[in-house]
Amino acid sequence: MNTTRRKEAISNSNLLFAIAAAIFVLMYGFAILCYPRSFLQYQTFFDLFNLNAPLIILTLGLSIVMIGGGIDISVGAVTGLVTMCCAVYLESGTGSVGGSMLLALGIGVAFGVLQGFLIAYLEIQPFIITLSGMFLANGLLTTIHKDPLNVTLPEFVLLRDFELVVPWLGTTNRLGNFIPLAIKPGTVVALALIALLAVLMRWSRFGRNLYAVGGNSQSALMLGINVKRTKFGSYALCGLLSGVAGFVYIMTTGAGNVGNASGFEMKAIAGSIIGGTMLSGGVGNLIGSPIGALTLLTINELIRAAGVNSNFQSIVSGLLLCVFIVLQSVVLWLRGARGFRLALPAWLAPSGERG
Amino acid sequence: MKRKRTHGFQVLLPLSVLAILILINLVKGADYFSVSLINGALYGNIPNILFGASELVILSIGMTLVTSSSGGQDISVGVAATITSSVFVRVLLGSSAITWTAILAAFIVSCAVGIVIGAFNGSLVAIFNVQPMVATLILFTAGRSIAFLVDGRLSPILANDLTSQIGSVIPGVPIQTPIILTAAFIAVVAAFLKATNLRLYSEAVGINPKAARLNGIDPVRIKLLTYMILGVCTAVAGFIAVTKAGRHDSVNLLKFCEMDAILAVAIGGNPLGGGRFSVSGSIIGAYTIEVLNRTLLRLEVDPETIKAFKAAFILVLMVVSSPVVRAYAAKGVAKIRARLDASSARDSCGPEQEEA
Amino acid sequence: MRGICKSFPGVRALRDVGFTLRAGEVHALMGENGAGKSTLIKVMTGVYEKDSGRIEIDGQAIHFKSPQDAQAFGVGTVYQEITLCPNLSVAENMFIGRGRYAFVDWKRMREKAARLLDSLGIPARPTQQLSSCSLAIQQMIAIARAIDMDCKILILDEPTSSLDEDEVRKLFSLMRELKSRGVGIVFVTHFLDQVYEISDRITVLRNGEFIGEYEAAELPQFELVSKMMGKALDDVSSMRKREPSAADGETPVFEATGLSSAAGVRPFDFAIRKGEVNGFTGLLGSGRSESVRAIYAADKVTGGRVRFKGKEASIGDPIHAMRLGIGYLPEDRKGDGIIADLSVRDNIILALQVLNGFWKPFSRKQAEAFADEYIRSLNIKTASSATPIKSLSGGNQQKAILARWLLTHPEYLILDEPTRGIDVGTKVEIQKLVLKLAEEGVSVTFISSEIDEMIRTCSRLIVMRDRSIVGELTGDDLTENVVMRVIAGGSESI
Repeated sequence: MNTTRRKEAISNSNLLFAIAAAIFVLMYGFAILCYPRSFLQYQTFFDLFNLNAPLIILTLGLSIVMIGGGIDISVGAVTGLVTMCCAVYLESGTGSVGGSMLLALGIGVAFGVLQGFLIAYLEIQPFIITLSGMFLANGLLTTIHKDPLNVTLPEFVLLRDFELVVPWLGTTNRLGNFIPLAIKPGTVVALALIALLAVLMRWSRFGRNLYAVGGNSQSALMLGINVKRTKFGSYALCGLLSGVAGFVYIMTTGAGNVGNASGFEMKAIAGSIIGGTMLSGGVGNLIGSPIGALTLLTINELIRAAGVNSNFQSIVSGLLLCVFIVLQSVVLWLRGARGFRLALPAWLAPSGERG
Repeated sequence: MKRKRTHGFQVLLPLSVLAILILINLVKGADYFSVSLINGALYGNIPNILFGASELVILSIGMTLVTSSSGGQDISVGVAATITSSVFVRVLLGSSAITWTAILAAFIVSCAVGIVIGAFNGSLVAIFNVQPMVATLILFTAGRSIAFLVDGRLSPILANDLTSQIGSVIPGVPIQTPIILTAAFIAVVAAFLKATNLRLYSEAVGINPKAARLNGIDPVRIKLLTYMILGVCTAVAGFIAVTKAGRHDSVNLLKFCEMDAILAVAIGGNPLGGGRFSVSGSIIGAYTIEVLNRTLLRLEVDPETIKAFKAAFILVLMVVSSPVVRAYAAKGVAKIRARLDASSARDSCGPEQEEA
Repeated sequence: MRGICKSFPGVRALRDVGFTLRAGEVHALMGENGAGKSTLIKVMTGVYEKDSGRIEIDGQAIHFKSPQDAQAFGVGTVYQEITLCPNLSVAENMFIGRGRYAFVDWKRMREKAARLLDSLGIPARPTQQLSSCSLAIQQMIAIARAIDMDCKILILDEPTSSLDEDEVRKLFSLMRELKSRGVGIVFVTHFLDQVYEISDRITVLRNGEFIGEYEAAELPQFELVSKMMGKALDDVSSMRKREPSAADGETPVFEATGLSSAAGVRPFDFAIRKGEVNGFTGLLGSGRSESVRAIYAADKVTGGRVRFKGKEASIGDPIHAMRLGIGYLPEDRKGDGIIADLSVRDNIILALQVLNGFWKPFSRKQAEAFADEYIRSLNIKTASSATPIKSLSGGNQQKAILARWLLTHPEYLILDEPTRGIDVGTKVEIQKLVLKLAEEGVSVTFISSEIDEMIRTCSRLIVMRDRSIVGELTGDDLTENVVMRVIAGGSESI
């Protein structure tokens, strides 16, 4: 019918994603303008991933939970716990890399399943449950081992130092030597997860059900969606991703430490929000969220490059967060207002009874 | 009738938890309630709990109001208290002499800063329609660095008699000052709630802002008001915390207390999604958290493990109070009662029951 | 279904209710508000679990634990309130929760959705976000979804309350077609003529109890009503409209010139005299609700001047209107009217409390006295004044909102669809109340989708089309025929 010809209004999810992407591009462009030497290098870009793969992975997990209308603030603490458990296990003399991977995933899933069960099936407020999860993981972490623990298992050290080398994307350093681009395995994991989860949320039944649940869980129930199972799944998946993030973390730093990944939950939430995920649920994009996280990281890099007092780093982060949040809200508001005015012709036109 | 019962249950739960905790303490040592007089002031477990929980109680009061009106939580309260107290310290140290008037003036300035912070968070929430947690994430990220800049250096010290008296005991008064301040603050809040329609307005706005507006309530104004009240709460809490500590540590002052404050609200039986609220529930919740902390210490739990125990305890508490578990329990009770009824009925008129 | 029982805390919603649905029939489920229709339906569709009794489909006992269960057994449902997800596209809303496959085939889904929308003549695009559709279209989409599910049993809970005549006719022809395919349809509505137009049999519930099952052809309308109400309906025609008298001819209570609002109402003039009952009428979306909202400043007022009792007034916000003595009962009871979690008492005293001021709360005793007075005089059925209003039935909620405004003793009361979705008995009560208020000198603006209701109560009707006023009818013009003609825009074609 005539309906297909009409230009489609962009959905909220996509609009916020577009804003996020534009802001990231602008931000990175700005960085290039200010510090062309470092930001023009591919290595700098990939270092954002290399150094922050765990955070990006957590952002993914958190976005999934947030799309389902929930929140998980235990992710940072769980990641920290995983790194320490892996370190202790690897150093125990009986550990193997494969075993530690399983351990990491196991711990993550255990937390996810427990929290998911309590939130979805016992209908307890997610904030409180994951807050206790955060305390629990933190308490266990300090109970298991208090001091920093370097992993010296040769197998693991090999993995830690392993780098994918991309020779055709390199940079020349100050001495004129050509250094090929190095990519850490964590980056590969993060990128693979972004692709996988984006597909999952876009095309799988679970993903679509989760959007429905986040949009209006009561309606979702009436539409025949198993709301509890879907919610449960989102927390379990988020827990799993915390486990993965924990392993990637220790794979990058090679040490278990009490302070590992502390505060990541808030950074991940901030990243998701800048990336266009809304805490109220139902709106978000799994590609947007890591872009949001990258935006924050770029800002930090910029400030570091500018060499200002490190206290300004968090102040500027906060300020920019503020700008983004207000911008998003204003855009959605303007759009809401415009949508309302447009609603009249859209409502009348298709009935085809003009004049 | 029904409301009374659900309301009663709200407060009943933290109260019974409190009772259990105290019982554990009594089993551990019967001298739990003993109070001794040292240098003219009362010390002992109970005064210590009241003393230790004072900031948390004050913050949880403000958090309750904000939760009710905006259906979300302010995660920046600890940070905000750090900023207000840094202003307090800055103003006080900048004054020519430290007198009671100077302290009062500095405190009033810090309250004003608290109100400004509240207005900032509140306007994001009320005017820009940002979810509270997201809005306050901004200050949460930047706040401690701002406090550091206000301090101008690491940990300025408040070394004088007057502020340390506020943080501990004023000579001649048998009760520690923070306890008195907290009690006074609770009284002021109670009087305010009694003298105004804040409860009705904030509950109405929290449940249905559209309907509230059509009935002449301005949701924006009410949300702003609750955030500004929370701002005053953070100023008072920061004031108590910094006088207790005797120095202003912008990194560690009241760290993680926002989480405890939210927890207190939840333990107090308040729905975190907004609407109906009970300040007394939150206050009891706050004291429960403090008692829990101290009980774990008293049971000689490793300081490292305390957090894990605390988490396990909260999980059990939340499971017990969850609507689903409660419904199951109610069903179970009803079944048992029905069985009892049936058996007693059978005793009286057996054959008819069989037919049915 | 046989012997279904369901109780909620404090209330026994259903007691031993049962009914049978045959293949290929339309079975109307009738009852007043709070009779237990919605509860019964939610038991049938697995939203609530039954306490006792049994449900059989094709002679096989069935126990639904969740809506998915019910869907799997071929029970499709369209609820009174729209139960779709606003953040998803139209197509997704039609197909989500149904597929057996783990992955979504977007292209096929959109094509199927487009075909379905086309065949039902629903003016929506499959890729459109649902929240951008009007309520009526959303309702049609919900119906399309249910139809497409190849269900054996289709349950329609008040599907017509947000549809206009044309759409209702479309829906009925669809129902007839489904019927001929052997689908059993359960139909709930408050519109009696619709019941007789489409239903084969009628089951009546009252107060959670089963009253009887009748062939539609053998149950005259007045008998049905008396069965629903449990008493002989006092004759509606006994109501006497208050004709405007000369004493009212002074300056109008309320007068507006060139009023317009952000909701898209064209500037209009309007006036109402003391003790007058007038009404806005027109099709859904004609701007009748938006006009009264503009009067009350419920939407942002963008222009125009307002005089109250002859004096210039500015109404920028509902509170200003309230202070002048204007009350407004909104169309959307759930969204704009009640404050669900608050008690009946708090809901009743709310407006007066706000007028009284922030610093002057009523004492508990005062509040209780106010609430009890109106609970008694309006006969609001509630366990106590402290019961949360959300646990009341729709009609009783509406009465509580009405009580809220009566308590403020308004001089001008705007009632937007006060009778929508509530039972016949309460409807009559409300109409009588309106006339009584007018008798006491209160001016009332009354809006209803049912024209006969409007004609019975209003002495002046303002007709709207396409968001502007197209006519004003008084006296002898107030007949259903004339009103319909003006609404339909046929003034030239007479």
